[in-house]
Amino acid sequence: MPSYKLHINGKNHDVVTDADTPLLWVLRDELNMPGTKYGCGMAMCGACTVHLGGNAVRSCSIPVSAVGDNDVTTIEGLSEHGDHPLQKLWIEQDVAQCGYCQAGQIMNAAALLMQNPNPDDAAIDTAMKGNICRCGTYVRIKQAIKLAAKA
Amino acid sequence: MKTSIPSGLRQVATSNGRRQFLKASLAGSGGLMINFSWLGTASALSSKPTDDAPIKLNAYLFVAPNGEITAIVPNPEFGQNLMTSMPMILAEEMDANWSDIVAKQADYQPDEFERQFTGGSQSIRRGWQSLRMAGATAKHMLMMAAAAKWQVPTAQLTVANSVISHKASGKSAAFGEFASDAALITLPASIPLKSNDDFNIIGQSQLNLEGRKIVTGKPLFGIDYHSDNMLVASIVHAPAFGKTVKEADLESIKAMPGIVDAFVFESMQPDYTRNYFDTSAFTTLVAIVGHKTWAVLKAKRALNVTWQAFDSYSEKMNRFGTLVDVNVPGGLENTSDHRKQMESLLNTELPVLRQDGDPASVFAKAEQVIERTYYAPYLAHNAMEPMNFYASVTNEDVHIAGPLQAPGFIIGTVAERLNVPTEKVRIEVTRMGGGFGRRAYSHYAVEAAVISQRVKQPVKLIYTREDDMTGGIYRPTYMVKFKAALNNQNELIAYQVDGVGVPEHCIHADRFPAGAVDNYLARGQAISSNITTGAFRAPRSNFMGASEQAFLDEVAEMAGTDPINFRLALFKKAMSSPVGEKHDYDAERYAGVLELVREKSGWDTMPASINKGVAAYYCHNSYAAHVVTTTVKNGLPKADKVFSALDCGVVVNPIAASNMVQGAVVDGIGNAMYGEMTFTNGQPDKQNFDRYRMIRIDEAPASIDVHFVKSNIDPTGLGEPPFPPIFAALTNALYQQTGKRFYEQPLIKQLEQS
Repeated sequence: MPSYKLHINGKNHDVVTDADTPLLWVLRDELNMPGTKYGCGMAMCGACTVHLGGNAVRSCSIPVSAVGDNDVTTIEGLSEHGDHPLQKLWIEQDVAQCGYCQAGQIMNAAALLMQNPNPDDAAIDTAMKGNICRCGTYVRIKQAIKLAAKA
Repeated sequence: MKTSIPSGLRQVATSNGRRQFLKASLAGSGGLMINFSWLGTASALSSKPTDDAPIKLNAYLFVAPNGEITAIVPNPEFGQNLMTSMPMILAEEMDANWSDIVAKQADYQPDEFERQFTGGSQSIRRGWQSLRMAGATAKHMLMMAAAAKWQVPTAQLTVANSVISHKASGKSAAFGEFASDAALITLPASIPLKSNDDFNIIGQSQLNLEGRKIVTGKPLFGIDYHSDNMLVASIVHAPAFGKTVKEADLESIKAMPGIVDAFVFESMQPDYTRNYFDTSAFTTLVAIVGHKTWAVLKAKRALNVTWQAFDSYSEKMNRFGTLVDVNVPGGLENTSDHRKQMESLLNTELPVLRQDGDPASVFAKAEQVIERTYYAPYLAHNAMEPMNFYASVTNEDVHIAGPLQAPGFIIGTVAERLNVPTEKVRIEVTRMGGGFGRRAYSHYAVEAAVISQRVKQPVKLIYTREDDMTGGIYRPTYMVKFKAALNNQNELIAYQVDGVGVPEHCIHADRFPAGAVDNYLARGQAISSNITTGAFRAPRSNFMGASEQAFLDEVAEMAGTDPINFRLALFKKAMSSPVGEKHDYDAERYAGVLELVREKSGWDTMPASINKGVAAYYCHNSYAAHVVTTTVKNGLPKADKVFSALDCGVVVNPIAASNMVQGAVVDGIGNAMYGEMTFTNGQPDKQNFDRYRMIRIDEAPASIDVHFVKSNIDPTGLGEPPFPPIFAALTNALYQQTGKRFYEQPLIKQLEQS
């Protein structure tokens, strides 16, 4: 099996795995980083969202061989002390219900704010509509993103 | 009907057995003499603990010498925020400092806790007294320990924010100082509970105690469960209901890299008597076991299985202690056939479930009669965390861990399948990535256990999204026909509801408007099927709230009456001169939520240009009403603003309670608009989110404004009650917007046609 040097959350990892292994399962199974969630395996729900080279991607559909030298950031590495403005606002606005999708929601929102520090409702809708929340926390997600943008 | 309980101080006895407690509360004795078996164990320590570990005061509360209080949450968490609200109730009676509290999910411990089941919106309602008792007794034990140490009477002590004080002597110390002494205390015969007026934690918003772990990606969920020598397993079930495994080409799979084993297995033995929460579908499965998830998923894709249809069969099922006959038909079923079967059944004389007066003759003579039929498809739960479970089965020990709503429903199934005593099975409950009823049917825990027993190693079974969506336990499909008659005063004088469904009908015969109409008829009948179904957020109610409340909107229109006033007149009648022997709702509280939502939404003063709809429903002991306004986005109408009013008694944690209502609104709008599972030759037509449409952020309402009726009544359900009426509030508003009535879900089909 081929080996890959991955740069994740500021640290280097050597991984030996099949070339077609999705980044999601490398994170969860090889590197013991379960914060990134499996939801659908086909990039339709957003639960597995991570940053690859600063962009939000669905890690269930990115083979490890496509990661290359790009920096990977997961929810575990979004901030050193769990105090990214979105993480703080997610807590303060009591966004989560079951919480399963929220790591993906936060990672997707963090990429949005990097590209558009002050998104309006339409921009939030466009950026976030790939992330499903069955508990229906969308109103609070939107509110938390807006408040984080102001923070 | 009124069930209000005075908010004054209650004395609770500490010396009776559990049996007597049940008897006393059933008798409704005014003094609420309460006891729990765990009080007996609370003072069981014979010597003083010496280390710094948390000290058990009772099953719910541990206090460490450093002051940290561990609140044990007996009920499984899937997003209702029990991990915060249950500790709040404990902390309230304990007079604890909220920041001292750490929440911990309990393992399945039937000797310690009475009802470790999250479902039916009953966790807080049924846990309320136990939690309060646990908090109050823990506080009392700490106070008695302090009194003994300070040589002062317990009655002279006060407690606030985890600190016990004796004013006269000026002595004061925190709970932690007395924890080890308190564990030795024998309780007095009775102790007081707080008056609701003295609550200072309950009713004040507290942030989710798990919030930080959630936003930093900590391993909370079953799918995150890990042990060092754990293997990963996947199952393959038949692609269609009505089929099962004939044979599988296992040898080529076993030769694949990273694969440890592959085999066909039965999740239930042929002579096993199923219980109500066991599944009947896909009990013969192929297991693929490997070292890593991706290798297993690749092997799963490569697997060749031949399937065979099975014949109809009958079996005994244990339905909550009673053996009943169940017929499971063979054959490959189709959605179009279900529809025809339901339509033709609706044209027959259905079994009568309730009759008041003489509806037939009133309908025959009435001034105006209206009849409407509503349809809803199967729904898949689609909890975001797919089904999964961890199992480590050895000859000595069975340890299973994962997401499930009701460990008590599955422990016997696991024990019997593994042929071990129930006492040998330890169930660890993890946080669930959604439940919605689906995880009350935890056959996947049995599957994981059988696989672990076979491979003699711990395994984590993971369903793919496709396994999850095609695996059954759906919301049933239903049809209902309503008929209403008005007199020349435009009053509702007769009402008939005929409900059918596959595999259960949808009628609650004593629900509204039973009791409010002189001539009332409710009938229902089910059609059997081999497609498995289960509880789905407010079972049956989710369809009846949608259909009945849309129908009443049409009846009110025919009567020329405002839809809120039309309903209020019916509640008035149910209060002043109720019809029949009983009805299952409190008309005053029902009317109360409509009055509140009318006020808060500005219903009476909304400009005519705003299209609005209203609906209300009662289920799971609580009352909910919504007003929805609509707008047009990208050429399609959608919900814009939502105003919600709830009466669920005392609201424990307002910020989480309003989140729950907002979530129910979004979930309900999503399922109304897009939710649908269909079948072709027994095969689910949707297997993942590419075809199964779920509501997205851009389709959610812009705002959801939640209001609670102020109440001193003990808390009732909240997870489910706001769900059913949002469907109808939406369709009633869409009628104003489009001029068209909606009789079929998902609504998007009709909206996209017009």
